[in-house]
Amino acid sequence: MVALLEAKALSAWHGPIRGLYELDLTVEQGGVTALLGANGAGKTTTLRALCNMVRRAGTTTFQGVDISRRSTEDIVRMGVAHVPEGRGTFVALTVEENLRLALHTRRDKAAAMRDRDLVFGYFPILQERLHQQAGTLSGGEQQMLAIGRALMLAPKLMLLDEPSFGLAPLIVREIFRILRQINEHEHVSMLIVEQNAALALDLADTVYLLETGKVVTSGPSALIQNDEALRKSYLGY
Amino acid sequence: MDFFIQQIASGLTSGAIYACVALGLVMIYVSTDHINFAQGEMAMFATYLAWAMINAGVPYWIAFGLTIAVAFFGGLFIQRVILKPLEHAPVLALVVCFIALLSIFNAIAGMIWSYTIKQFPSPFPSHDLFGNGLVSVQQLGVVGVTLVMLGLLTVFFRFTTLGLAMRAAAQNPASARLMGVRVAWMLALGWGLAASIGAIAGMLVAPIVFLDPNMMNGILVYGFASALVGGIGNPMGAVAGGFIVGVLENLVGSYVIGNELKLSFALVVVVGVLLLKPAGLFGRVIVRRV
Ligand SMILES: Nc1ncnc2c1ncn2[C@@H]1O[C@H](COP(=O)(O)OP(=O)(O)OP(=O)(O)O)[C@@H](O)[C@H]1O
Ligand SMILES: [Mg+2]
Repeated sequence: MVALLEAKALSAWHGPIRGLYELDLTVEQGGVTALLGANGAGKTTTLRALCNMVRRAGTTTFQGVDISRRSTEDIVRMGVAHVPEGRGTFVALTVEENLRLALHTRRDKAAAMRDRDLVFGYFPILQERLHQQAGTLSGGEQQMLAIGRALMLAPKLMLLDEPSFGLAPLIVREIFRILRQINEHEHVSMLIVEQNAALALDLADTVYLLETGKVVTSGPSALIQNDEALRKSYLGY
Repeated sequence: MDFFIQQIASGLTSGAIYACVALGLVMIYVSTDHINFAQGEMAMFATYLAWAMINAGVPYWIAFGLTIAVAFFGGLFIQRVILKPLEHAPVLALVVCFIALLSIFNAIAGMIWSYTIKQFPSPFPSHDLFGNGLVSVQQLGVVGVTLVMLGLLTVFFRFTTLGLAMRAAAQNPASARLMGVRVAWMLALGWGLAASIGAIAGMLVAPIVFLDPNMMNGILVYGFASALVGGIGNPMGAVAGGFIVGVLENLVGSYVIGNELKLSFALVVVVGVLLLKPAGLFGRVIVRRV
């Protein structure tokens, strides 16, 4: 397998407070990698550091290109779509405008329109809510919109920060089913942060366990799923 | 009755100018959350540039277009060079910076062109529209230019992806970056647009009040009033606010309190509206579910 995204000795700070300690992380081409850990372990910080949204050190490469010093905007334009914690909805824009925003950075307008149909295929509810102010959508619908916005960027890699946050179990299962389809049919690789370890382990092929800004262990998800001691002490089930 | 119609017409004319000033303020407010106190002086300075071009023999409408373009790059430049380094500065530092800009523009204009009043040509003939002494072509022209500008801005923000990107960057900069929007440039673009709109306001008002470095002083206050009355986050509201303030000011000035107290009246209107409707008459309350 080929590495799509590779971070070496990635560290990050929030002001004077250090959030990450020399983390090594790889996302394989076509794969789904999960980043698990307790609250405050540094999962969100890791995703932000990869996109240069916080002060960070270490090297990150994407498709072999060093992106350590690129701006967030440039990294996004290279094909990294970040679905942020809290969903990042543009609350005063309509659903249609939230999606159309992607056209600002895309030259291939025809392909972008096809991607819009793709988004409606995965999330028909968005088409029904098309001209509604996005702030009035339910939490689940906003999560779908956030994933839809990311898809509109025609990404090679999606960074997903707790897509299950605050949602009912039924919706969560639905979203994870769609994420798997997106991974398989659109060939979008994923790095997913989750509290819901069981679901994430199911979707992911590789897992990193994080504790206070450091990787505790990593490996194929099947191995971690079957390691009872590890599951009990870090994943709580 | 004729007098009344004349007052309405001249109220709409000054209202159109207040609307332009208010639009410039709104543009910067929505893209950066700041109130640009130098908006009036920037407009005045641009008007001097137009005056210099026209004096050098450039035809009016060409000078008009060039001035808008120069103002745009001037606004862009101010944001990139002066304000960008102050990105993380406290609000008070920014206020001081705006006031500094205001007096710098005023001083430079006075230095180059002196403080004596100058005539500024109007592209519109001053004769009557229907020959009955009620509405002049000049008045119609000023209102028309303002409405066309509002139309263009509306189309820009509603239907172009660049306009959409500017709105997104203003609303949620972090999320806009994650959509690949270069937020810093969107702010600069907002300043450029504001400066252009200001230049239009200056060129519209200069034939009426005459050109001098202090010509925008009173008008800026009315511009603030209009923006606040209409809702400072909303371009349509700013224009509506401009017309409302312009007409009310003229009617109240002629029939009730006399011209001397007109400016105080504008402030009373602002306080009144803000007490009753803090978001302004047309300010949209954004629904947000958490
Ligand atoms: N803006 C900030 N300022 C200061 N400290 C921060 C900031 N953001 C995060 N931190 C700290 O960095 C550490 C890691 O936070 P992070 O948000 O990455 O955790 P997380 O693993 O995503 O947790 P959760 O599951 O609760 O989202 C925490 O100790 C947190 O308090
Ligand atoms: Mg988090």
